[in-house]
Amino acid sequence: MDTIEKNLIAQVADIHKVPEGAYNIRSNGELAGRNTTANIDIVTKEDKPGIDIIVKPGTKNESVHIPVVLSMSGLKDMVYNDFYIGEGSDVTIVAGCGIHNCGIDTSEHDGVHTFYIKKDAKVKYIEKHYGEGDGTGKRILNPTTIINIEEGGYMEMDSVQIKGVDSTKRDTKAYLSDGATLVIHEKIMTHGLQTAETNFEVDLDGKSSSANVVSRSVAKENSKQVFNSKINGNNECNGHTECDAIIMDNASVSAIPQLTANNIDAALIHEAAIGKIAGEQLIKLMTLGLTEAEAEEQIVNGFLK
Amino acid sequence: MLELQNVSYQVNDKSDKSNDKEILKNINLNINEHLVVITGPNGGGKSTLAKIIAGIIKPISGKIILDGEDITNMSITERANKGISFAFQQPVRFKGLTVIDMIRLSAGKDMTISEACDYLSEVGLCAKNYINREINASLSGGEMKRIEIAMVLARGTKFSIFDEPEAGIDLWSFQNLIQVFEKMYKTIKGSILIISHQERILNIADRIIVLADGQVTSEGSREEVMPNLIKSDIACPTLLDKII
Repeated sequence: MDTIEKNLIAQVADIHKVPEGAYNIRSNGELAGRNTTANIDIVTKEDKPGIDIIVKPGTKNESVHIPVVLSMSGLKDMVYNDFYIGEGSDVTIVAGCGIHNCGIDTSEHDGVHTFYIKKDAKVKYIEKHYGEGDGTGKRILNPTTIINIEEGGYMEMDSVQIKGVDSTKRDTKAYLSDGATLVIHEKIMTHGLQTAETNFEVDLDGKSSSANVVSRSVAKENSKQVFNSKINGNNECNGHTECDAIIMDNASVSAIPQLTANNIDAALIHEAAIGKIAGEQLIKLMTLGLTEAEAEEQIVNGFLK
Repeated sequence: MLELQNVSYQVNDKSDKSNDKEILKNINLNINEHLVVITGPNGGGKSTLAKIIAGIIKPISGKIILDGEDITNMSITERANKGISFAFQQPVRFKGLTVIDMIRLSAGKDMTISEACDYLSEVGLCAKNYINREINASLSGGEMKRIEIAMVLARGTKFSIFDEPEAGIDLWSFQNLIQVFEKMYKTIKGSILIISHQERILNIADRIIVLADGQVTSEGSREEVMPNLIKSDIACPTLLDKII
């Protein structure tokens, strides 16, 4: 792997050497490294591109890294990854995609990740998207995440896209059984002419299931963002969705929360706020000696921290 | 230290000129003492004066001189870097920025947690409970005020302005606040300007300035100003008529 690819891996998976535990590194559409452990198996799919990640029941405190990097301009990559998380296990999964495009053709990675989280299993899923390269070719990432959580299962999903992705459409669909919990934190920053569309849809099917979907975003320059968040309460359940966005320059942000209660004991809340950086925040930081540009940077970095 | 020469400020009503309001009328002040307190009725122009010194608003005429240098046309940032600090009457909240972020930004350098904690302890906050808290709506008004004061302490500049530091601080903490200013008084190599209505704060002032209706109506040592201030009747005469 060359320096560009190593840098992409560091950006999306926060790893600088060979990761500990199980991993699968996909580079320019091909397998570039894999490790399995006694409890976590990774198997290449035979019918379509992608892998199955199989975590044995009861596996505790193990991690799986599955970064994808694209450094060839004009490559269109599509994968299907399925995660089978065994009963009572507790694992961390770090996925992510980095694109370096210095050519003129569009580079695109579309991934469909499907989670089957068994009874009482716990997953922390971290997904980072990053683009770089000074070519005119577009960098496009379209992740789809499908989440099935069985009784008492728990999933926390942190999704981050801070830089360099020209266009993204992110679809996440979740189905929760009795006592299952889903927590999603999304952070997005767009600039230039970038567009980002997020679609969350959560079905709270089980009794005492709960979901908390929180998005924080910053839209700069001429970029456009759309945030759709649907929660359907089909049983006695708790659902909360929140979108908080800072808008700058000539950007555009739409927040469209949608709640549907199909059960009298469904308790659903949505909050959405879009606004520019408050003038008094800039003034406060300027009275500490920061320039207006430095103040703006501190506010944006803090907001997306 | 700081000199105001013929400073005036006016708010204009674009649709009706007869509604233009003069907020400050030809203010001349020279602040050289360690601790000066500005007091006076609400709407008298005190906060406006503080904002004019910090550069947040520009006067329509007059000059502001800091240590012999004309700073009238300097930005907020330039004035901050020249040594002016300003604790707001209503502290600003930030989603995501934490207490330690703000203390570090105030000090203008990276700082260990224990150094930052010293400033919080000084304003009576149990540092370990606060250092990683976000400066957001989860903090009460009184907690925000204390953090605001700790930020000015962390800056350690030569000219510090506090706009009603006592507002929102509970009675038990008030004694602690007085001690903060007493300690600053002893250690500072410059001047502190406090806008306040509290007799206890007026009592520690080297000089008291009374600002009413945009003008300095009296000034002098506390012995000179306090007796008149206490007996002066600045309440609305109509209201007094009703009560009596």
